[in-house]
Amino acid sequence: MKTINPKAQQRDVEVLSNKKVGAYHHIVLAVGDLAIATRPGNFVAISVGDAMSNTILRRAFAIYRASDRGQYGGTIELVVAPHGLGSRWLCARQIHDRVNIVAPLGTSFGIPTEPVNALLVGGGYGAAPLFGLAEVLKSQGSRVDMILGASVAGKIYAPLEGKRSVNTTTLTTEDGSTGIKGRVTDVMPALIEKHKSEIIYSCGPMAMLNAVNQIAEQFQLMHQCAVEESMACGIGVCMTCVIPLKGDDGLVRMSRSCIDGPVVDGSAVIWGSDRTVPEGTLGK
Amino acid sequence: MNETFKAFDFRTRFGSITFPSPIFTASGCAGSGKELSQFFSLDELGAIVTKSIAVKPRSGRATPRMAETPSGMLNSIGLQGPGIDQFLEIDIPWLISRNVRTIVSISGETVEEYATLARKLRSVSGLSGIEVNISCPNVENRGMVFACDPIASREVIQVVRRNLGNDLPIIAKLSPDVTDLVSIAQGVVDAGANGLALINTLLGMVIDIDARRPKLAGKTGGLSGPAIRPVAVRAIYQVHAALPQIPILGMGGVASGRDALELIFAGASGVSIGTATFGDPGAPLRIKRELEIALKERGFSSFADAVGAAHES
Repeated sequence: MKTINPKAQQRDVEVLSNKKVGAYHHIVLAVGDLAIATRPGNFVAISVGDAMSNTILRRAFAIYRASDRGQYGGTIELVVAPHGLGSRWLCARQIHDRVNIVAPLGTSFGIPTEPVNALLVGGGYGAAPLFGLAEVLKSQGSRVDMILGASVAGKIYAPLEGKRSVNTTTLTTEDGSTGIKGRVTDVMPALIEKHKSEIIYSCGPMAMLNAVNQIAEQFQLMHQCAVEESMACGIGVCMTCVIPLKGDDGLVRMSRSCIDGPVVDGSAVIWGSDRTVPEGTLGK
Repeated sequence: MNETFKAFDFRTRFGSITFPSPIFTASGCAGSGKELSQFFSLDELGAIVTKSIAVKPRSGRATPRMAETPSGMLNSIGLQGPGIDQFLEIDIPWLISRNVRTIVSISGETVEEYATLARKLRSVSGLSGIEVNISCPNVENRGMVFACDPIASREVIQVVRRNLGNDLPIIAKLSPDVTDLVSIAQGVVDAGANGLALINTLLGMVIDIDARRPKLAGKTGGLSGPAIRPVAVRAIYQVHAALPQIPILGMGGVASGRDALELIFAGASGVSIGTATFGDPGAPLRIKRELEIALKERGFSSFADAVGAAHES
């Protein structure tokens, strides 16, 4: 995709719910017909702060789930870690507060036309969009196995309702406080063989996505991942969120992760190029 | 027509061209125009000012390219773009076919590159002007910032005028990071500029105190947003006082209609919206509406009457 998501609109919407879940906040927004246009992997850009704030940029959040028929019409749900100024402001919103959003933005996970054995790999709260993806995959007959990892148990996001669409869930923590001690990539090879996985979907920090991609290459599996790069606008005009991507024509371009991503083919990313423009990039 | 519903007289003029609206986009803050057209009608703008285009494709700088700062941000894009040929093949036809008034911003590393860009634009029909960006702070060698050198900036505008012909207005985009802004402004006007774009971003830096290194991969970046608005107002005021006949396209941290009015009272004949669009895609249209209300509240019946109003008392 080279143009902005054609469904994206700017709207003031109501906060329907804001609950603390472990280390995170689960936030529900009443977005009306924007929900039906939202696909797993899409994100929302939210205006944070008020006239007294000195933060002027929108914040991008992955969409955890979208639902088009609930008591309050269409909703989107977010899982937010209150780390920075913007996410803390959002987590402090009360029910009935209004926030200004632009959604749905960016690319979505590709859904195979035939049922497949899918392996979904998520890191920390970054795993959130995988649950909406799992629902879609399950409804079209796919097998869904999920690996969720984090540094400590409290940082794993694994809601009960999310597990309904999943055949198996494997947890890993770096300190061993829950599940298997280690990283998601430590358990991937055995699970790929056991479940005869045919496609990998991943979501989480860039270093994790890079490691997941190496395993996908080793097993020659298709890998779709949702990338992260700091964004100022989310709508493709500021050119700050670029990552080096190889196009269909074989050329590497610094591509906007808000327009050509966040979901990209792992094989198209030039990995490990933080703080450098890779050699051979067009126009370097 | 009932007076209440009569469109406010927003007309403003740069060189030979009259624009129906004084609100423009700032170069590098509106993508190719297509992205923003999803949020408001581009016809509401005086013109889209496109992202500064170079002769050849440019990858731009490495990431991180952005650091948020108090009431502002640093950017370190490094003039990423497809190069003039692809730009003229893809981006410009899209804008022209939709009758979007378009000012093309150009950027070169040498005087000869500016000449090449001007020659290629000379044959393009439907444009409303050329912004000559001689002040981008995100180039590897700060010595190439033509706008810091009165002789070099004059030379660039001369070759652009010579190669472009006399039909299109030239707006020279200047840097506030100079000792004597007025003499540089006078120089580019003498060389053939019809208008001045004030101000480009200010050079800044943020240190990541955990990593103990500059936050941006390119180390330095251009500071924009409301943090720099007083610098913009000062620059516009000084230049308008010295060169009252030269139209100024003002920019620098405008986020509301009242902000725009400050720049206009200082002497701006048009106002470009930049960083505000990142936080609010509909900002250019919202600011235009707020400006109309702010002008009417102060008894102005046309936009032109308000330009430079802060100089009169």
